[in-house]
Amino acid sequence: MARQRVATSPPFPPGDYGVVVVGSGPGGLQASYYLSRQGIDHAVISADPAPGGMFRQWPFFQRLLSWTKPHARHAHDTREYERYDFNSLVALEPQNRAVMPALMDGSSEFPSRAEMEAGLVEFVRRTGLRVRYDTPWQGTTRDGEHLVLHTPAGEYRTRVPLFTVGVAEPRMPDDIPGIEHAAHYADTGEASSYAGKRLFIMGKANSAFELASGLLQWASPIILASPRPAQLSVNLHSLGGVRARYVQPWEDAELGGGVFILDAAIERLEQHAGGIAVHTRRTDTAEPFVAEVDEVIAATGFSTPLLDLPALGVSTFGRSGLPAMTNHYESVSLPGVFFAGTISQGVSGLRKYGIPANSGAVHGHRYNGRLAVDEIAARYFGRERPRPAVAPDSAVERLLTSASAAPGLWHQKSYLAHALSRDPDGSVCDEGIVSLAEYVDTAGPDGAAVTVETDDRGSIHPAVYVRRRGRVDADAVLDESPLTEYRTPAHRAQLQALLGDVLG
Amino acid sequence: MSQDQIIDALAGLTLFADLDRPALLAVAHTMPEESFPAGQRILRQGFSGGGFFVILEGEVTVRVDEAEVATLGKGDFFGEISLLLGEPPIADVVATSPVHALQLAGPDLRAFLLAYPPVMYRMLQAVSRRLDRANRRS
Repeated sequence: MARQRVATSPPFPPGDYGVVVVGSGPGGLQASYYLSRQGIDHAVISADPAPGGMFRQWPFFQRLLSWTKPHARHAHDTREYERYDFNSLVALEPQNRAVMPALMDGSSEFPSRAEMEAGLVEFVRRTGLRVRYDTPWQGTTRDGEHLVLHTPAGEYRTRVPLFTVGVAEPRMPDDIPGIEHAAHYADTGEASSYAGKRLFIMGKANSAFELASGLLQWASPIILASPRPAQLSVNLHSLGGVRARYVQPWEDAELGGGVFILDAAIERLEQHAGGIAVHTRRTDTAEPFVAEVDEVIAATGFSTPLLDLPALGVSTFGRSGLPAMTNHYESVSLPGVFFAGTISQGVSGLRKYGIPANSGAVHGHRYNGRLAVDEIAARYFGRERPRPAVAPDSAVERLLTSASAAPGLWHQKSYLAHALSRDPDGSVCDEGIVSLAEYVDTAGPDGAAVTVETDDRGSIHPAVYVRRRGRVDADAVLDESPLTEYRTPAHRAQLQALLGDVLG
Repeated sequence: MSQDQIIDALAGLTLFADLDRPALLAVAHTMPEESFPAGQRILRQGFSGGGFFVILEGEVTVRVDEAEVATLGKGDFFGEISLLLGEPPIADVVATSPVHALQLAGPDLRAFLLAYPPVMYRMLQAVSRRLDRANRRS
């Protein structure tokens, strides 16, 4: 594994900082990168001894779900290439882009866990980011407008803490008698230790199917059970379903190979001399069913390790205990407290047709972090986002270029958008990549935002949101294009007709 | 929120009052909980791709052409009319406080109601009450 120890004299001694970033996984590193490029004073502290966050340990079977294609048709140092590289952190400087493809051994488009970890270490090296490692955030107190983060090294005082601690705390159901006889996903043993054993996996999300997939050749039978039917990513058009890489157990179940997939609520576990009896009740018929097995693994997900923040006023929601946030990833109940990384999945955006954004994955949240940092920069450091003037007659081409190639729009469909505004003096300004929910629900200058969306049929197309008199009244979609290239005469005409009175 | 708390919250809502525990668990796993900051529209008049929502916490206002027509709170639901009719919503639903709500993807509503007839019946009752009130006003 690529582990690096850093200098003996750690950076960021305890004290006062403009921003304190907590965490050195992808979310923390990306946030620190954006802060650094804006020249904003900040410290980064991490409980880990080196960069990587969850990728220092997981996925359990040591290979990622998301791809990096080394031979995509764009040069690695371009923004366009990010659409095909789900795993590198993003950078403004061409030489710091696309760290991942150079580190992969060519055996798979899915990086190994070790390659991903090495990629994050390399991003830190190339961009000169600094982190104070081995410095866990252990608690928080309030001091006027500041929060004080307590660590074994001392206190970090800031007006703007930015937590990137992941959705990383193993979550066990708390209402199932006998649950102590189950191991959490995070405590799964060596694959070979399941040889010939009867295995019950609680859950049917990706982590459950990942385990079933990795243990197919070892455990038999394998029973996966949860109340809700499993769903496939290709049917949901999102990462919300079981990913293609883990479908093998499903095929096994369909063909009667020794995997069983049940829709059932788990009522209790009882250990006895011969193993563990898992008492379930089917969710469709309410019929009871008891599975006799040797091992039970709870692939029941993770929650957000917010420590004492809820007691200080950070409201949370859902089973993962995510903080309730604004569209800039600020706590709705404790202003000044920001979040980034996988926690940003708590901001759902428009979620059209129920399709979520990809904020729980690196390729989604690496763009969200920019919005959080831009908000911090504007509000606390007086650095307004640049709004460069552009030629009005370039609006259509700019927006269609983004719809065809902007990686943030492709990875965060119906969530991030490229906006152009017309100022009162008639000039047209480029607002850059914005939160679509913020754009459509907040009054602002007339203009238009373009994003990429998937509809309920799985069709991907650009969607246009025109703001007139400060309000967005409707959406409009452009036609599909077989190879998702929208810089065509037909699309130009369609978009021109929509923008005519606003940006024409 | 623990699994027990989520089940308790669901069981306390009229819409789900007739479901047993396994069914409530299945509903909890089918409808993810989402959070909306105050001021954000949860349902947007004229937009495609809307969903069905059940409020767990917080308040929303219903606006038609920017005129407020109703206020909804815990246990109330919205979004079903446009999904059943296959048309964009005819109202905005705007969070007036931080809102936590369960969301069902629009394309899943039909299968969901067919899978849980008691929920469909409760929904029909609620929609009938709304219709009755509207008729009495007109």
